[in-house]
Amino acid sequence: MNRIHQLYAWLMLLPALVMLFAFTHAPTLSTVWHSLLSPARGGRPQTFAGLSNYRMMLEDDVFWQTLTNNLWYAAGTVPSSIVLAVAMALWVNSGMAGRTLLRLAYFTPTMLPMIAVANIWLFFYTPEVGLFNKLLTLAGQEGINWLGDPKWALRSLMLMTVWKEAGFFMIFYLAALQSLNREMYQAAELEGASCWRIFRRITLPLLMPTTLFVLVNAVLNAFKLVDHLFILTKGGPNNASNLLLYYIYENAFSFFNSTYAATLTVVLLSILILLALVLFGLIERRVHYR
Amino acid sequence: MQTLSRLLSTSAAWLLGLLWILPLLYAVWAAIHPGEYATRFDLLAPLTFDNFTTAWKHAPFMRFMLNTVIITGLILAFQLVLCTLAGYALARMPFRGASVVFGLILLQLMVMPEILIVENYRTLAGLGLIDTHIGVGLPYMASAFGIFLLRQTFRTVPQDLEDAARLEGCTRLGVLWKVFVPLARPTYLAYGLVSVSHHWNNFLWPLVVTNTERSRPLTVGMAIFGAPESGVDWPVICAGTLIAVGPLLAVFLIFQRQFVQSFMHTGLK
Repeated sequence: MNRIHQLYAWLMLLPALVMLFAFTHAPTLSTVWHSLLSPARGGRPQTFAGLSNYRMMLEDDVFWQTLTNNLWYAAGTVPSSIVLAVAMALWVNSGMAGRTLLRLAYFTPTMLPMIAVANIWLFFYTPEVGLFNKLLTLAGQEGINWLGDPKWALRSLMLMTVWKEAGFFMIFYLAALQSLNREMYQAAELEGASCWRIFRRITLPLLMPTTLFVLVNAVLNAFKLVDHLFILTKGGPNNASNLLLYYIYENAFSFFNSTYAATLTVVLLSILILLALVLFGLIERRVHYR
Repeated sequence: MQTLSRLLSTSAAWLLGLLWILPLLYAVWAAIHPGEYATRFDLLAPLTFDNFTTAWKHAPFMRFMLNTVIITGLILAFQLVLCTLAGYALARMPFRGASVVFGLILLQLMVMPEILIVENYRTLAGLGLIDTHIGVGLPYMASAFGIFLLRQTFRTVPQDLEDAARLEGCTRLGVLWKVFVPLARPTYLAYGLVSVSHHWNNFLWPLVVTNTERSRPLTVGMAIFGAPESGVDWPVICAGTLIAVGPLLAVFLIFQRQFVQSFMHTGLK
């Protein structure tokens, strides 16, 4: 009986496990293996090359730049989209008139494909006729070459990412806010606590588990989201806005150096797993007071 | 003082809302006016639908749309079956090694198929599935998120219900189908919405694995359509973008209340 029970459980898991193995576990392992091979050149088969790809990576300025860019990108987009998401959720959760319309407005970017909205944003960023420069000119300022200037390219990408992500995170905060206990707020109001004080002492601590969940998503996203690069900058100018995953794509499918792409993928995988472990560790410790 | 701060807060909320909807409003404006008004905002500018017809002729939107529908449908159907079976086994059938298996599944939450594009492309090429709908869908069919979500939901089903059904002579799969699946309907709905919107918008993997109109989804079609080399001007790009996102936007507008609520019911927080 127990044998049959066990067999049954494994049979039910089998389809999912086969797929996961084929498209997650096996490729992860073979990525590590391929990162240790030398690239095939001119019909010569790949040979074992030890850590030479990694040595090349350490000397590759573009790698360091994409890594730094990615860290700045995460540092710039994650906190600002979370703060905006909390503000949005508080607004649409309050008794404000027209909040359905507002909720819709905030959430629209989330619904639309990144590629579609990037097509539109590309126009906003265009130097001569773009909307942003028109506004700057109206304000008597000089226009900026948003995507063409190395100083601004990454920031322009970040701006669009915040716009895209804040509304998505808002949904999670809205869900959390609606499940909060009303009585606690009534008690606080009876005692004459100010809005700001209620927010800091009650709402914010109760939103901590949501914040950690959103944080995990936001940080992982910062390393995974590259769609807009394909439309807006292609990593340029001169790699000023290049990110790790896009650089992997370039190496694999434009420069046809799949072993180096594998090496970079190992780095990205390590970053993601390390981040996830740290963040899940944080959640484990924090979630209990809920 | 109170009213002043409330006024400030309300105007900030609306200003932000306006900024968030602005790109879409702009796209609508540019799409329904002649090219020279794309940057000149004139309330009396003449209206035109030429941009839509130009865009429509320029790219096979119907084909892209059909591809997207097939791909998202295919992925969702497989996900629902695979995740239901796996989620049930993990929630209700204690077996040796269950926690290790669960850990291996959860690994996919961090290592998404997008990151493994190089290796997954190799696998798909080996299977001869490049440029097919099934090729775009395959890496996503076993979804760790779906398995996790259904496992959590199935765990909350009372044991008595399952025992009663078993006593009535239901098989394991029968119990799963008649007791667990109906009770998990809100979870299925929420997961379905998340999955569809994710795969409808997905870009990087379809870009890598498709190379003709036969299998290209909307996102990849749009990227090519909007590229400077394609020689289309802004209003036409805007019109094309609206054609492409129109159906999704319409569905969202109709179901937005359910959409938001289903997020809340599943405890995705």
